[in-house]
Amino acid sequence: MELTGAQIMIKCLEKEGAEYVFGLPGGAILPTFDALYDSKLKFILVRHEQGATHMADGFARATGRTGVCLVTSGPGATNTVTGLATAYMDSVPIVCITGQVATHAIGSDAFQEADVMGITRPVTKHNFLIRDVKEIASTVRKAFYIANTGRPGPVLIDFPVDVSRAKTEFIWPENVHIRSYNPKPVQTGSSYTADQIRKAAATINASKRPVLYVGGGAVVSGAEKELFEFVEKTGIPITTTVLGLGIFPETHPSSLRMLGMHGTHYANYSVQGSDVLIAIGARFDDRVTGKIDKFAPHAKIVHIDIDPASISKVVRVDHPIVGDIKPALRDLLKEVKNLRPQIKDWTKQIQEWKEKHPLKFKQQGSEIRQEYVIQQVGEITKHQAVVTTGVGQHQMWTAQWYGFSSPRSMITSGGLGTMGYGFPAAIGAKLGRPKETVVCFDGDGSFQMTMCELVTASYYKIPVKLIVMDNGHHGMVRQWQQLFYRERYAASELGKSNPDFTGIAQACGVFSMSIQKNDEVIPAIKKILAHDGPALLHVKVARTDNVYPMVPAGHALDQVMDMA
Amino acid sequence: MKHTISVLVENHFGVLNHVSGLFSARGFNIDSLAVGETEDPTVSRMTIVATGDDRIVEQILKQLNKLIDVITVEDVTGDDMIDRELMLLKVSADQATRNDVMQVVNTFRAKVLNVSPDTLTLEVTGSESKVDAMLELLRPFGIRETVRTGVIALSRNRELKMPPSGIAAEGPVRKSASKKTASSSRKKAVSKAD
Ligand SMILES: Cc1ncc(C[n+]2csc(CCOP(=O)(O)OP(=O)(O)O)c2C)c(N)n1
Repeated sequence: MELTGAQIMIKCLEKEGAEYVFGLPGGAILPTFDALYDSKLKFILVRHEQGATHMADGFARATGRTGVCLVTSGPGATNTVTGLATAYMDSVPIVCITGQVATHAIGSDAFQEADVMGITRPVTKHNFLIRDVKEIASTVRKAFYIANTGRPGPVLIDFPVDVSRAKTEFIWPENVHIRSYNPKPVQTGSSYTADQIRKAAATINASKRPVLYVGGGAVVSGAEKELFEFVEKTGIPITTTVLGLGIFPETHPSSLRMLGMHGTHYANYSVQGSDVLIAIGARFDDRVTGKIDKFAPHAKIVHIDIDPASISKVVRVDHPIVGDIKPALRDLLKEVKNLRPQIKDWTKQIQEWKEKHPLKFKQQGSEIRQEYVIQQVGEITKHQAVVTTGVGQHQMWTAQWYGFSSPRSMITSGGLGTMGYGFPAAIGAKLGRPKETVVCFDGDGSFQMTMCELVTASYYKIPVKLIVMDNGHHGMVRQWQQLFYRERYAASELGKSNPDFTGIAQACGVFSMSIQKNDEVIPAIKKILAHDGPALLHVKVARTDNVYPMVPAGHALDQVMDMA
Repeated sequence: MKHTISVLVENHFGVLNHVSGLFSARGFNIDSLAVGETEDPTVSRMTIVATGDDRIVEQILKQLNKLIDVITVEDVTGDDMIDRELMLLKVSADQATRNDVMQVVNTFRAKVLNVSPDTLTLEVTGSESKVDAMLELLRPFGIRETVRTGVIALSRNRELKMPPSGIAAEGPVRKSASKKTASSSRKKAVSKAD
């Protein structure tokens, strides 16, 4: 039987095991929405396409499965760009299908036409324009395959309206093979060699001051067990990036918590003092390394990563190990030994740093400190919630104070730093992990970028818990202006113009409360967590706090500023 | 240093956009880029000449390799290779200078394609340096217009082999089908690092 292109598209999504589709309709994608009407796919209608991409992204990060978006041409497609770029920077698998004007009209500046292939090339792992109804099934198959293999990433399919109306036989390609794409270097033998593992292990075994530096790649690979065993066997201290949070329990004595610009003193000192740095699924982002030519100056670097292009991109690597982290770590684990005896002085030194420079905040009067709210949510949820954030101070405090203990529990825009990411990402995460508590810590600035999705959470009764930290500022911007722009606060104050957040939530049908005194924090957290449905807690917090420790941009990691 | 990079890509829509976009997005400079179909009509070969230190070129190769439509990438700079560029140029040549111009033409074994009362239109093929040299010698006569194809190159010994095309049942095939080249280029990267 012949089906329309639109019907085939929907069938393909079902075949790929998509559960949710996030999006918003429009002219060029209407045939596909019409086909969706008959499908068992669960569609989430967003209020802005950026929200759809962040929801798909949150879903993917929370589950490891590919998130799916469906939007129209032109403005619908361009509204996805921020979400695609966010996912691309953090290696998140998304398939985004955008309507397009009819093939014969492409290039004619037709109504709602945009050069989506051109616009999205730099923010996708790959993109496709389907020009023939017969290519739909194989294209969708390839898109999902590319999105969630190797180093994952977003893939866009541009889908002209005439192709969606054309008819053909539906043939599902069981196998997918792309001759120019080799995402499984291990199976095909083009990854690391036994010799490279042995050499890296020898370097590690000879070290006196080793440190593990672990990023989001380890989460993607699902290597938490291997990593735990590695630390248990060797005794090597471990620090993570913001995207690596949760891959290793922060309560473990070997944990140095997060490194980088707002990392702990002891993580940063350890990296700087290390003689062997074992980088795993991390990419030496400048927010992590500080001034690059002063980064880990005495260290030999071992780097395990699935993406060969990550190796020696920023720093020269001594022992490259290209491949999937999980098997690579398992192989390395066989060759390394218990280093505790030979690194005793090192761990003692680190212990001293830990005692001398713990993370801290000062409680004063009844004023609410964000650190306290986050810490208390951590305790109350037993460090088991799935947490999302916006971007800014609250994001860094969340990274410092929640106390992450399991992978895929910190969902945040690390690479692009996209304000507005947290709330829609929480919606996607909750749909992906319905049994778990999902909390979004948002800034008053960040939240306002995507707060239209309150309606979405309310309409679909998605019980996410939103905590809006109202410091009346673009706090992180204010912090930089205070420290580096002679306290000239250009456009960083929100206070006077902030809306009534609880009122907005209520108007959208979302339960909400507001607090401003410290002793209200715990009861309020308990109340919104217990509420059956989406809930917003508006917290009036200290207005001018800064995030510390801080390594100013362009400084070496051990040049740490801290509060008095 | 100048590097000559040979790339086999899928011959379909959008590939050039991906390759050229990569160069601009990553701030790599292209000196020249020539592209055309190969003996297999589903495959095009690009010859890219780019300037950069070893580290930049290593990144260029890795980033190119990451592109989904790129089948094989090799830096053929050190190879024993044949490289050619074609240039068409229109040079001023009146009665007084035509003989002198023709001398240059003959020395470089260039071809005269068109003669007008005050110009000659020429075709020359050769290595980039030969083409440059001829251009320099003709400059004093007055160059009116030139067009160059950019370098194309083939290795004398090494062939960039293709994985089998079409849907294969047995799963993914290695990116660079020629085992020898893949492992030797990997070795290069490793020995540099070790
Ligand atoms: C979309 C976007 N625009 C601008 C920025 C720059 N920026 C980084 S942090 C920040 C302030 C964030 O304010 P808020 O969400 O209230 O968080 P806070 O820092 O106060 O915790 C801004 C404007 C950004 N990261 N993303």
